[in-house]
Amino acid sequence: MKTGFRAWAGILLVTGLAVTAPALGDWQLNMPRGVTTTSREVYDLHMMVLWLCTIIAIGVYAAMVIAIVRFRKSAGAKPAKFTHNTRAEVIWTTIPALILVGLAIPSAETLILMEDARGSELTIKVTGYQWRWHYDYIDDGVRFFSSLDQASNAARRLRSGIDPTTVDNYLLEVDNPVVVPVDTKVRLLITAADVLHAWWVPEFAIKKDAVPGYVNEAWFEATETGTYRGQCAELCGRDHAFMPVVVNVVTQEEYEAWLEERRAEMVTQAF
Amino acid sequence: MSTTAVDVHHEHRERGFLAWALRWITTTNHKEIGTLYLIFALLMFFVGGAMAMVIRLELFQPGLQFVEPHFFNQMTTMHALIMVFGMIMPAFVGFANWMIPMMIGAPDMALPRLNNYSFWLLPFATSLLLLTLFLPGGAPAAGWTMYPPLVLQGGDSFPFMIFAVHLLGVSSILGAINIIVTIMNMRAPGMALLKMPMFVWTWLITAYLLIVALPVLAGGVTMLLTDQFFGTSFFEAAGGGDPVMYQHIFWFFGHPEVYIIILPAFGIISQVIPTFSRKPLFGYASMVYATAAIAFLSMIVWAHHMFTVGMPLGGQLFFMLTTMIIAVPTGVKIFNWTATMWRGSLSFETPMLYALAFLFLFTIGGFSGLMLAIVPADFQYHDSYFVVAHFHYVLVPGAVFGAFAGAYYWLPKWTGVMYDEKLGKLHFWLTAIFVNVTFFPQHFLGLAGMPRRIPDYAAQFTDFNMISSIGAFGLGLAQLIFVWVVVKCALGRGEKATAQVWEGAEGLEWTVPSPAPLHTFDKPPHVE
Repeated sequence: MKTGFRAWAGILLVTGLAVTAPALGDWQLNMPRGVTTTSREVYDLHMMVLWLCTIIAIGVYAAMVIAIVRFRKSAGAKPAKFTHNTRAEVIWTTIPALILVGLAIPSAETLILMEDARGSELTIKVTGYQWRWHYDYIDDGVRFFSSLDQASNAARRLRSGIDPTTVDNYLLEVDNPVVVPVDTKVRLLITAADVLHAWWVPEFAIKKDAVPGYVNEAWFEATETGTYRGQCAELCGRDHAFMPVVVNVVTQEEYEAWLEERRAEMVTQAF
Repeated sequence: MSTTAVDVHHEHRERGFLAWALRWITTTNHKEIGTLYLIFALLMFFVGGAMAMVIRLELFQPGLQFVEPHFFNQMTTMHALIMVFGMIMPAFVGFANWMIPMMIGAPDMALPRLNNYSFWLLPFATSLLLLTLFLPGGAPAAGWTMYPPLVLQGGDSFPFMIFAVHLLGVSSILGAINIIVTIMNMRAPGMALLKMPMFVWTWLITAYLLIVALPVLAGGVTMLLTDQFFGTSFFEAAGGGDPVMYQHIFWFFGHPEVYIIILPAFGIISQVIPTFSRKPLFGYASMVYATAAIAFLSMIVWAHHMFTVGMPLGGQLFFMLTTMIIAVPTGVKIFNWTATMWRGSLSFETPMLYALAFLFLFTIGGFSGLMLAIVPADFQYHDSYFVVAHFHYVLVPGAVFGAFAGAYYWLPKWTGVMYDEKLGKLHFWLTAIFVNVTFFPQHFLGLAGMPRRIPDYAAQFTDFNMISSIGAFGLGLAQLIFVWVVVKCALGRGEKATAQVWEGAEGLEWTVPSPAPLHTFDKPPHVE
């Protein structure tokens, strides 16, 4: 019995570590903690409800397994005749209800925070098209389309003969990524030009539908520089899988330099 | 508990194929119609299953090896439409037809001709839907949810899909009316409402949900039709409409729909577990009230399918809270089933194996459902494989295992022959193992960031997709065993079944011979 217990504790520990470990690339088990002020709260909520479910599951499954083992007819068990136990029923109705209240409070707090875009320092209009994204830095006069990059686009053709594993960031690379400065509250105004799309970057914990004729709002503040990738998350037709999102979070200086570069390009283009 | 003498007119052998075909086309007998529904559902299980095999084949590796993306979208759309409307709903209506009259001591359903019509709508409607695969542009490809504006890009298949959905809906509404009228009016003397078997209760409640939900779907798809052909713009901003309004209308149907799917399965589990525990159902009244609570709540949670559309904060909070509350009555049911087993005397024939697997695995689906209710977390889960994993857990080891449990439980009553227990157990173990191999890794894929409804994916999603596909191929193949089990019973190849069949079984259906004669309870039994 003791050995059994230690083995189970060991398994739980390893599983717990594996699940809470940072993204492992292949074989990734868990949501990323992400790099924004809100993504960490989302991750914490997710982990809280996951642990809660795990603990309840252990209890409930234990009861089921014990029943299956101890009360087997083949082991000579004789059936009892009880059909009620009001006290038990009251307990297992009120305790879950209380647990849910405990879960709802932090969830509501995080939601209220995520829906508050006040104090944004930069606004980008995001438009979903079939099948690419368009970004418009409305205060800075920079706008461009962002499409699946050439290498991925060639490899993804039916029976292209190109091994996808030879393409860097296969299906997650674009020609013109979004660039934003770090530690800046960025507001996104999201809409669509044709059908429903959705803008999703897992490491920002943002997913918002792009609805044609309507504008949705989302915000994030990235606290780490780097490149973050996501995909369209609402079925939008044939190439729904082939319109990724790429965001480069850079320093303020790099951002301003990029902005200048783009402005210059746009002047020389007939855009 | 009386049974009738053999009815001479029905029991003599038909002469010729035409007479046999006409018998099955015009039958108004609840047992024969039940059989028609069940066979139809089994056929559709393989049609929808074949589409799933195409999906998992393409997803076996990154890159596109087998199908174009547009065809892949047709497969995901049709897989869901067939499985929901052509398989699982007809299967449970089949169970309702066979078992409700017997369980309440009635000679047949209240409206036998309507019953026949409700069934025959189905092959017609699903043929209409399936033939779109051969139209230019192919079958519908905008998802079973049919969201505009995408669905309006649908081409030739679009009106066929709308018409098929209408017909499927009419079939269900008529069936629901029949079930309610039967249960409310034809119970044997002494069978008060709170004495009815749980399967009858869950179907009574399901029937009301059908009547609330299906007309709304009909309205929604009609609005799609008029937007496409008659110049309305319900769902187009340029004309003053809103694509999101469609989502509200669809999911007002769609959420009760998933409870319509699962409640009959709950009812079957409530029959099977007491039988094989040799102990009465624990907390019968609570089970009834919990089912009613679930049904009521199911009508006020719909927008939890829409948390990312840009809903106001108040709406999101409301739907988050109501969705979380459903966990309470659902938990009560799980606890009551477990308490039924507690200090029982358990045996593990195939129906019980499926019921136990249901308890374990549906609970996993329930937990992922609770996680999905948490709005900020749902922003990450929505439209990812986490959702796909969730609903497949509640649908497959949930509803489908409930149907398998019921099938094995009642096959001896229907056919007069015990099914092959060894084959049944083999079917069970292969199915139970492969269902987890197929769907558990999909939780990880969703959490890692893989969207749904995509035919090709980034390299880091390869390993779990490969495992899931292997599981799917095994799951599909294992179902052939079930066909063989059913065929053997239909051919009479097995040990003869008694009326009682199962030692611990209670209820009026176990008082009639096996196979149940075509007409039972022509005179109502008296129930204490």
